[in-house]
Amino acid sequence: MNTTGKAALLVILFIAVMSFSAPFMPWCNPGSINLDRIKEAPSLDHPLGTDTKGRDILSRILYGGRVSISIAVSAALLSTMIGLVFGLCSGYFGGKVDALLMAFVDLVLSFPTLLLAIAISVLFPPGIYTVVIAIVAVGWASFARIVRGQVLSLKEANYIEAAKATGCSTGRIILRHLMPQCIPFVLVVTGMKIGGYILVEASLSFLGLGAQPPMPTWGSMISAHRAYLTSAPWMVVAPGFMIALTALCFNVLGDSLRDRYGLKIRG
Amino acid sequence: MKDYLIKKILLLIPLLFGITLLTFSLAKALPGDPVLSMVGERAQPEVIEKIRKEIGADKNIVEQYYGYLALLLHGEFGRSYYTNREVLSDILLKFPNTLKLALAAMLIAVPLGTGLGFLSAYRKDTITDRVISALSVTGLSIPVFWSGLLLMLFFSLKLRMFPPSGTGDFRFLVLPALTLSLPALGTLARITRTTVLEVLDMPFIKTARAMGIREVRIQAGHVLKNALIPIVTVIGLDFGSYLNGAVLTETIFGWDGIGRFIMEGIIKRDYPVIVGCVIIGTFVFVAINMVVDMLYHSLDPRVRFGEHNR
Repeated sequence: MNTTGKAALLVILFIAVMSFSAPFMPWCNPGSINLDRIKEAPSLDHPLGTDTKGRDILSRILYGGRVSISIAVSAALLSTMIGLVFGLCSGYFGGKVDALLMAFVDLVLSFPTLLLAIAISVLFPPGIYTVVIAIVAVGWASFARIVRGQVLSLKEANYIEAAKATGCSTGRIILRHLMPQCIPFVLVVTGMKIGGYILVEASLSFLGLGAQPPMPTWGSMISAHRAYLTSAPWMVVAPGFMIALTALCFNVLGDSLRDRYGLKIRG
Repeated sequence: MKDYLIKKILLLIPLLFGITLLTFSLAKALPGDPVLSMVGERAQPEVIEKIRKEIGADKNIVEQYYGYLALLLHGEFGRSYYTNREVLSDILLKFPNTLKLALAAMLIAVPLGTGLGFLSAYRKDTITDRVISALSVTGLSIPVFWSGLLLMLFFSLKLRMFPPSGTGDFRFLVLPALTLSLPALGTLARITRTTVLEVLDMPFIKTARAMGIREVRIQAGHVLKNALIPIVTVIGLDFGSYLNGAVLTETIFGWDGIGRFIMEGIIKRDYPVIVGCVIIGTFVFVAINMVVDMLYHSLDPRVRFGEHNR
């Protein structure tokens, strides 16, 4: 991995460790309201200032980070798993199975991401799980595509032929011979997708369709305070910066993983 | 070409089924009884029964779905709960604004993005390349609702150069278009760079050089021509990202398009509006994708119909 990739990984780890250890920090009180100290500029007490209810913005950002990172990572892993199943079946069996599964994949890919996510988020009660469902519903299809391509090139390999000749069952070939070959490759794609999922999660919670209050999220912190853009810009700047930084680091990490393994994936 | 077209159109049917089923279940999942909300809680039971029959609420769910489809086919998307205006006519009214915004954003993103991508590819592994690559990955990592607010803070609230929000002439268009163009700019610059590098690596470029063809001619005739096809495709296919971005950008800048319309619908839980926008939005998106896809197939003779594995 190149230096930028390593740096990105370090930043991600830092954000993740800070966020996930936040509940154990005594100074971290995302919910404590103090109406005497609303809209305060950054100070020693509140390094990132306070919001309209006098809550500490740094604490809220750290709690929001837990939500964002958990949603993006679990959505990426779930999409990977579903895509893996679809891609393996489609690529290995070929023929009618392939045609049917890929038609379905095409179908899902032809929905505009955010609109479908919005439709799903409105359909289910809003919350963390709904966001994950919305992202996975759109996200798995591109994984299926990529895995299928990988399987197509692998299944002609000699060792697969040998496995067949020695009488391995289909299930065994797929699970023990093809899947392990696909996984490192797919995990790189997973890494590349997380940055985008961070943005989708942020957009949905900005639109009010994400995790619901009192749980703080980066997107909802921005939408709640956009009216105070001139009087208290830090309330909007800080959470947005975190979204951008996290997405950027995941994207850079994904790029460097892709280059490291010499994969040709667009995006 | 014909087979391909038929296949694409056949694919449209399950797609529209899927989206209408989704929106139908959305309408069904809503809390509250539509009949009661029409006549009020204290209406006589006979009246309630009569209206229930009239609007078909007594039929089973499959029949209701058919009825719903028939309504949609007649362009009947219902009325907004709040304004009582027809959703479809409002969408048609607001769509040109969204289109204007998307085109303006493309006008910024396309020349700048492809230009930077070309530059980056030609200066591969130099400082220029690194800076451009860093900028483009940043561009696609910044959420538009944040960059939009920052641009607004700086250019309208501090410098007072552009109005912060509203729909109108050129001055109103600048900031939202700029905001919307940022992620597309990043994507385009990256894809152009990869594509040009791929083309530069092709054997026919080496051949052209060996034949002593002038470098200008190689660049213009060979590289540009071959790189352009995938780039043009991406520009077209990326249109969906403008649709996505428009929801957020229009909301921030108060631009009176489909994006803001659906956003207001979401906030007020104005379901006919949400449903109408999702259906029309998906339809437009799919239609554009189809056109681009066909364009791609007719532009690139290497792609054979039915056997492309992207």
